[in-house]
Amino acid sequence: MAEAVDYKYIGTSPVRPDGVDKVTGRAQFAADQNMPNTLYGKILRSPHAHANIKSVDVSKALAMEGVYAAVSGADFPGGARGKVGGEGGGDIGDVARNIMARDKALYHGHAVAAVAATSLTIADAALAMIDVEYETLAPVLDVVAAMAADSPLLDATNFTKNLPETPDKPSNIASVTVLTRGNVDEGFEQADVTVEGEYHIPMAHQGYIEPHACTATVNEEGKATVWCSTQGHFEFRSMTSKILDWKVGDLKFIPAEIGGGFGGKTTVYLEPVAVLLSKLAGRPVKMMMSREEVFRATGPTSGSVCRVKVGAKKDGTITAAKAWLAYEAGAFAGAPIGPGAMAIFAPYVLENFHVEAHDVLVNKPKVAAYRAPGAPQSMHAMEIALDDIAREIGMDPLDLRLKNAASEGTRAPYGPKFPAIGFKECLEAAKAHPNYTAPVPEGAGRGVAAGFWFNIGMQSSAEVRINEDGTVIIMEGNPDIGGSRASMCLMAAETLGVDYERVKAYIGDTESTGFCNVTGGSRTTFATGMAVVQACEDIIAQCKARAAATWGVDEDQVEWEDGQAIPAPGVNADVTPMSLADVMASAHKTGGPLLGRASLNASGAGASFSVNFVDLMVDKETGKVDVLAFTAIQDAGTAIHPAYVEGQMQGGAAQGLGWALNEEYIYDADGVMENAGFLDYRVPVASDLPMIDCQIIEVPNPRHPYGVRGVGETPIVAPLAAAANAVRAATGVRINDLPLSPPNILAAIDSD
Amino acid sequence: MARIVFHDQLLPATNGEREIEVTVENYRDLLVVLEARWPGIGERLAKSAVAIDGQIYQDAFLEPIAANSEVFFMSRIEGG
Repeated sequence: MAEAVDYKYIGTSPVRPDGVDKVTGRAQFAADQNMPNTLYGKILRSPHAHANIKSVDVSKALAMEGVYAAVSGADFPGGARGKVGGEGGGDIGDVARNIMARDKALYHGHAVAAVAATSLTIADAALAMIDVEYETLAPVLDVVAAMAADSPLLDATNFTKNLPETPDKPSNIASVTVLTRGNVDEGFEQADVTVEGEYHIPMAHQGYIEPHACTATVNEEGKATVWCSTQGHFEFRSMTSKILDWKVGDLKFIPAEIGGGFGGKTTVYLEPVAVLLSKLAGRPVKMMMSREEVFRATGPTSGSVCRVKVGAKKDGTITAAKAWLAYEAGAFAGAPIGPGAMAIFAPYVLENFHVEAHDVLVNKPKVAAYRAPGAPQSMHAMEIALDDIAREIGMDPLDLRLKNAASEGTRAPYGPKFPAIGFKECLEAAKAHPNYTAPVPEGAGRGVAAGFWFNIGMQSSAEVRINEDGTVIIMEGNPDIGGSRASMCLMAAETLGVDYERVKAYIGDTESTGFCNVTGGSRTTFATGMAVVQACEDIIAQCKARAAATWGVDEDQVEWEDGQAIPAPGVNADVTPMSLADVMASAHKTGGPLLGRASLNASGAGASFSVNFVDLMVDKETGKVDVLAFTAIQDAGTAIHPAYVEGQMQGGAAQGLGWALNEEYIYDADGVMENAGFLDYRVPVASDLPMIDCQIIEVPNPRHPYGVRGVGETPIVAPLAAAANAVRAATGVRINDLPLSPPNILAAIDSD
Repeated sequence: MARIVFHDQLLPATNGEREIEVTVENYRDLLVVLEARWPGIGERLAKSAVAIDGQIYQDAFLEPIAANSEVFFMSRIEGG
């Protein structure tokens, strides 16, 4: 593989192609879709966290002037079965019951009915006319209490999966995952020091700025078109098809520009409801969530309790590690315990370990993916434990990690050996970084932590079309949530040998481009990028064939160089090189327009590692934390568009710090979220954070034509423990729980 | 022969066998062998990811398995 320095376009950071439209307001988001005669859909939500639904009567609402349709769970087919396609995001029957409750309301805010009316005011009034009879039940809100044998049950038909013996009683534990290697007891016997702790992290939301929104219209032939905010319109189409028992071919999904997703827009909430309402009303139906609805009813990430014990020798060698994880799934099974269990020890060489992870039902919203789902929670615990070990044996925390760092050939905790990875390179870069060699500011604390994410491949398609003037159009199917269009253009420009400015990338709807799995798992630049490269190679092959036909030589006597077909070395042909425009000029004679295409199920996504360190100050009178400096170092494989890679690293750091310092779902005893708005659920704002310093490490992924590793998820993992370790350094008090908010810090200081 | 390793959640389906050795040409053939040995295991394997010689596949099919290959079944990975 060529080194990055050899590339002409890859590794440059041109202005983002979507930037002007976004800053001028021209970009069309889902809520911007307006059609004549559009109705407004609204959802009635459960006022109880846990209740049997005895009856739902929408007749009074339907009788109101201006109300065109009203539905409840009984109006939806009941037979949705099977796995959600793509990333393994749970059971489609659960998704169906999550978007509209049937016999039970399982969290405060759970949808129980919906209306479509000529105005939002009438729709709100209609919701108030719907009669729902509830039988309230005790809410299950604490993940550990939910696991007790005598806990009230969310689902009396849930029997814990993956146990050695099939249980004879139902439980709130949906499943258990175990990973083990070596002999943990013997490993701890070899240790000179051991540390252990219990670490609590509350639910946190992805916090995307754009609330969920969609418009659906069903025509006279019963075919629907849906405009929506999504990370994966093909999978939204599939889910809607299964939930409504409609043919996939009768559903067309058009992705709008997206205002953030971070994993939270990989599943449907409104779309099947809007389609059903539109079908009943015979008019388009627009649905838009309020911020409060987003908090109460869309996927946060799991709250967690992690118990970790780690043993090490005085020289820093980790001899054993043990972890017990309990993740909140919310109302339906599907907490990310598998990735959490596989990630917790992944950065380290470890011969003896045991992880047991539990997916636990609680009366809270069903969790959805959030950047590196499952990894931040478990790795927060491990990275704090390592910090405590480093302190006990008097070792620099980076040296401790270097002593145990995984590298090529290390057997990952989940089985296979790592191919080329860049963890050691990240650690060494951190040690040499001027922000690390600089003294810690007076009164501040410095914390270090590592991050990891697997990254995935999956299915992607791409087409490359050449215009008459040789300009290039890329059509692919992954909503751009982090700069993928620019990266696609750069890879196409590099492959074809044409200027970046002559390449444009578009996101096609479900009927204008080939299938692509969701934009998630840090897969898009890797997998869809691979499809774009292959589609460009298809174009090159066609151009070489047409040049050969034009020149009267064999195809293998033609090469492609700097954006044009040329005779191969040694070929005696007095011809003029043919650019894309030249080939197109004679395309009518040589076979018609140039259209390249590729589809694949990508494998070989390279794991990504990071190292973060942060300097922060704690006001010991108020408990307020001021972040003074934050440094993010990450292996990107090859940074296709370095500014976007830095943007991912900075965004992940900001979200991770928000989760570490302030963000949390706060519930009252009845299971009602008390801070369902950005005033009380405090995400970081610009004035809260310093400039996030980034250093991109490039250890190319040998399984991608340009060495790409996914970069979007790893950045959120390390900030949680880095902040916790810095607070420990600044205050001398170890706080195992997040968030490190002023009241929590003050309480810890006071009780110390 | 290729080394095939099952994660803990699959052990009930393999009668507790964590590791076996087989000779097959590709992943499709491996599934045939495993289903013949433990009827019904295919449904569980379809919910797993698999790593073949260090490369993780969410949906393997015709990926070759060599005589010295290592095959690890593992939890599927989602992402945000």
